[in-house]
Amino acid sequence: MEGHIVLKNVQKSFGPKQVLRGLSVSVKKGRSLVVIGGSGTGKSVMLKCILGIIRPDAGEIRVGGESCIGLKGKDRDAFLARFGMLFQGAALFDSLTVWENVAFGLIQGRGMARHAARDIAVEKLSQVGLSSDVAALYPAELSGGMQKRVGLARAIAADPEIIFFDEPTTGLDPIMADVINNLIVDCVKRLGATTISITHDMASARKIADDIAMIHKGQIIWQGEANKVNVSGNAYVDQFIHGRADGPIQMDVLKA
Amino acid sequence: MVLGTMAETGRIALFARDALLQGMMPRYYIRQIALQFFRIGYTSLPVVALTAFFTGGALALQIYLGSSRFNAESLVASIVALGITRELGPVLAGLMVSGRVGASIAAELGTMRVTEQIDALVTLSTNPQKYLVGPRLLAAVISLPLLVGIGDTIGIFGGYIVGTRSLGFNEYAYLKNTADFLHASDVTSGLIKAAVFGFIIALMGCYHGFNSKGGAQGVGRATTNAVVSSAILILAANFLLTSLLFGD
Repeated sequence: MEGHIVLKNVQKSFGPKQVLRGLSVSVKKGRSLVVIGGSGTGKSVMLKCILGIIRPDAGEIRVGGESCIGLKGKDRDAFLARFGMLFQGAALFDSLTVWENVAFGLIQGRGMARHAARDIAVEKLSQVGLSSDVAALYPAELSGGMQKRVGLARAIAADPEIIFFDEPTTGLDPIMADVINNLIVDCVKRLGATTISITHDMASARKIADDIAMIHKGQIIWQGEANKVNVSGNAYVDQFIHGRADGPIQMDVLKA
Repeated sequence: MVLGTMAETGRIALFARDALLQGMMPRYYIRQIALQFFRIGYTSLPVVALTAFFTGGALALQIYLGSSRFNAESLVASIVALGITRELGPVLAGLMVSGRVGASIAAELGTMRVTEQIDALVTLSTNPQKYLVGPRLLAAVISLPLLVGIGDTIGIFGGYIVGTRSLGFNEYAYLKNTADFLHASDVTSGLIKAAVFGFIIALMGCYHGFNSKGGAQGVGRATTNAVVSSAILILAANFLLTSLLFGD
């Protein structure tokens, strides 16, 4: 069976810098794939290529069996309506209140009436553990953890079939990171969504992943079930998950 | 350098084309448009009014000093009116608004770019060109002529105050000279210039904001580029429009 999201030999360069070098990966419907890898290896670019924010130079991207590169107009709107995304810094609109942020896709993207969208926003906020009192606040009045929760509520507001999580626990303390991980698992199970998450945080990866893939220099070098990541037999994966400085992955560190 | 400038010009032209095409097609974000009219038009009124008032007053003083050498003091009222409506009103309002609004647009959109808020708009099925650029362009193109119309009136009033209170002109004669020499085309040419300047200010602010990168430093660079490029383009466009509207 072909995966719900399939990338084949995707390539992307920015000037002379080749970021994706023939990346291929597949996620089955309803599964949660976590992509791990160092900084600058192409994780975020991969997600943006799927969403059409960045156009790949070559390769194929299929979602639900249909190619999604170069979509325009209503086809693109319909395609994007299937997605939700939690950004690394939450990316909340700071000129809008919390409920307006959560309801944004419903009001602006789908033309829903504001009062109906507000009710849904408050319900989604309660699903991520935030009371209705928070709804009228502005993002600047919230802590980092609360902003992530609002970002999660916004990502699930339209009950998307696919959700992307871009480093969902970065910048959070370990307890809040675990709270966010639990919320992600709960929300994804409730929606039955297919998800791709990218993270450096192995605790987060182990918690939310059904499958794990490792990206290195713009290519997927290992993919398997999450419970097999410790016995992958791949030296790159071993070095990354144990956080060792020594190994096949050499960091560009200036030594004194 | 030359190739770089040509490439940048091409990118700005493509950005303007996309913004115009996207902005003209539904859906229209009425709340955003109203908000931008308030930000660009209404909140710029004090700075444009003060600039026009003091410019009108200074112009009356300078023209009086110059014309008195040729015993042509009676021309003060008419030259103040022509100078304000044809040139100084639209150009100074354009430059003041570019400093105030162009910088604000570039900083706001630049921050939205580096904090991924523009990418977030895309994932929420909202076209950023339509939602962010279209309303700003529309509001600036319509607001600037309105601001200049008000600025023209206040500038002429500034000249009138200086002329009648400080230079000893008769109030009735000053107003009559202004009205007799001023033609409708003097005013409309300034308003046409203002609409073009409004487009330039919003376009430069949006373009540099949209393409900012590199965190806080990138946003700062975008803001500077937006103000400098719109100021230069306003002065260049003013020369071209003056040639077109008043040339033989």
